[in-house]
Amino acid sequence: MKHTVVAWMEDRPGVLTRVASLFRRRGFNIESLAVGHSETPGISRMTFVVDGDERMVDQAVKQLEKQIDVTRVEDVTDQPVVVRELALVRVRTDTQTRAEIMQIVDVYRAQIVDIALDSLIIQVVGAEDRIDSLIDLLGHYGIREMVRTGRVAITRGRATLHPTHAVNGAGKTNGRKMGI
Amino acid sequence: MERTGAQIVWETILREGVDVVFGYPGGAILPTYDAMPAYPVRHVLVRHEQAAVHMAEGWARATGKVGVCMTTSGPGATNLVTGLANAMMDSIPVVAITGQVASNLLGGDAFQETDVTGVTLPVTKYNYLVTHIDELPEAMAEAFYIARSGRPGPVVVDICKDVQNAKIDWTYPETLSRPGLHKALRQEPSAVLKASELINQASRPLILAGHGVQMGKAEAELIELAERAQIPVVTTLLGLGNIPEQHPLALGMGGMHGEAATNHAVQECDVLIAVGMRFDDRVTGRLDRFAPKAKVIHFELDPSEVGKNVRPTVTVLGDCKQTLGALLPGIQPATHGQWLETIRGWQATTHQVDIADQEVDELIPPFVMRQLWHATKGECTVVTDVGQHQMWEAQYFTHLRPGQLITSGGLGTMGFGLPAAVGAKLGKPNELIWAIVGDGGFQQTLQELGTIVQENVAVKIGIINNGFLGMVRQWQQFFYEKRYAGTPMLSPDYMKLADAYGIPALRVTANDEVYPAIQRANAHDGPFLVEFQVKEEVNVYPMVAPGGAVGDMIRRPGPAIVQGYSGVQPSW
Repeated sequence: MKHTVVAWMEDRPGVLTRVASLFRRRGFNIESLAVGHSETPGISRMTFVVDGDERMVDQAVKQLEKQIDVTRVEDVTDQPVVVRELALVRVRTDTQTRAEIMQIVDVYRAQIVDIALDSLIIQVVGAEDRIDSLIDLLGHYGIREMVRTGRVAITRGRATLHPTHAVNGAGKTNGRKMGI
Repeated sequence: MERTGAQIVWETILREGVDVVFGYPGGAILPTYDAMPAYPVRHVLVRHEQAAVHMAEGWARATGKVGVCMTTSGPGATNLVTGLANAMMDSIPVVAITGQVASNLLGGDAFQETDVTGVTLPVTKYNYLVTHIDELPEAMAEAFYIARSGRPGPVVVDICKDVQNAKIDWTYPETLSRPGLHKALRQEPSAVLKASELINQASRPLILAGHGVQMGKAEAELIELAERAQIPVVTTLLGLGNIPEQHPLALGMGGMHGEAATNHAVQECDVLIAVGMRFDDRVTGRLDRFAPKAKVIHFELDPSEVGKNVRPTVTVLGDCKQTLGALLPGIQPATHGQWLETIRGWQATTHQVDIADQEVDELIPPFVMRQLWHATKGECTVVTDVGQHQMWEAQYFTHLRPGQLITSGGLGTMGFGLPAAVGAKLGKPNELIWAIVGDGGFQQTLQELGTIVQENVAVKIGIINNGFLGMVRQWQQFFYEKRYAGTPMLSPDYMKLADAYGIPALRVTANDEVYPAIQRANAHDGPFLVEFQVKEEVNVYPMVAPGGAVGDMIRRPGPAIVQGYSGVQPSW
């Protein structure tokens, strides 16, 4: 089963290497990984999609928690969360297919972010299955290039996941760039 | 106070109460070595960096403090990898300081540059690359904190050469603010209560106690638990000495080379109380047939060890001195007379079949281990290498207190014994220290005889020489039809070798020479080497075949033990 795991970690050199090395060594399967800043300066937030049985996911969470750089880990799979992924798709077009594709884009509440004579770039945001379905359709016209971000997740209202790491001095980056 | 990076390194080391550093200088660490003479630290110059980290491990195990080793960049640092991996597996607190090329040269393949943080990442609890003096005070202080806190382990601090020379206004960072250093355990509130209920209801309870008991100094609580409810105690290899082995409830070591009675107890118990151990495959054998009748209670400090191999019914997270302490008031006195009687029955058979402690015509290693115990009255610390001799030591030396055996458990690092014994002796100068090593492992790090002589380390060295990589040969005998590929091993003349280093030595070839040789070594004021030329093809029994269930053991083939000088040779 696929689990969505959110981890907060100090933004330090090598932190992504540590996480990647851990997952490789322990044989955990990462379906996707999205990294970026969190609301706390100096703390990065990673969203993992881990595919495995309960035991493997439990180990993945515990091994992540054990890392010194990691401040907190949550398996949010069973929590009320907003889950999104973004995809940019450059699809082949000509005068005949352009209008048709634009209609599809409308239905999927996607956006056209670039138009050229022979192609369109479509941006779509949503849950994975919606993106999969759009990409499937666009495949009929010919996808020339595509990029997807991987899943990001945030909990709804009230039970907002809030890292308890706002201790003194935390988040100090010493002016370093994102170490990842 | 203005300090250079090098001075900060030494002052932090001293604050940790460390007064011995094992190292090997070189270009990238020279500024730190240059600052050393101003500080009250003993530097032990090793002959190879691997030995520096093993010595630091031996020192840490003997003192309970953080062991420190120091090397230069590149090959100096990469030579540490084996020892770091060993410290990681056996949870030994070690800080390794490595020099690194100047920060402006990083990434350019400079002379003796290696990506040390990259290389050591999977074999350390944490590591630092310090490229600026501002980062050094916290990195040093954190390194020691991380090495010794929680479940201990090795930490590398890789310091660029220019950082060692740079100056900063320094005060020791008394509080470490990084959030990841202070994570709380997610303890289930009723865990201790549930554990005590299970134990009170058990009819065949068994304690399986590991290294964590010693590291948590929880031996008293463990023994109190065992005695109050009359629960027999099995230990892991690194848990030997958790309970004195003369104690009526002590069953000795379990697992691949555990005594048969001990392994039967594991397989038959109905509640298994695992304390400070991680269900290594050498302990469990085949997992799906391990302790099949038992509900498992796991007392463990490291949450990631819970459920990794064995799924417990009850988990009690935390330092086992505290958790066992909290458990004790809820434990009702019990006798478990029938259960103990059953175990004694198994033990009687075990003594007839497996134990080779009677005098026989030939010199066999178990006899040497027994004699070592008698000749020292059990008053010594044994540091072993890895292999058959290690298992014989575990089986035939009667461990009476925690820390009495220092050995490489999880990683099984050959070459560990001699340097770790040096570290242990420097950590406990008044303790009699015996390095018990095989001819294979000894030859991996025998260059440290030079260190022993230069530093006059009064360690006693016993080489169990059977002319083979014995444990591998045993596997070849059992599972590869005696095709001894790559296992026969030639040794140098150890008497001449010892003589070349100026170390007094004796060669023992017969039973009646064993005791006097050990006594002579003990009486000598300084290092002493004894070579025991033992019978070649002797096996460690019993043995759980790799991948087999712990209860299915290869036993000593009959007729087993022949007493006295009968002329009839037993089967080995």
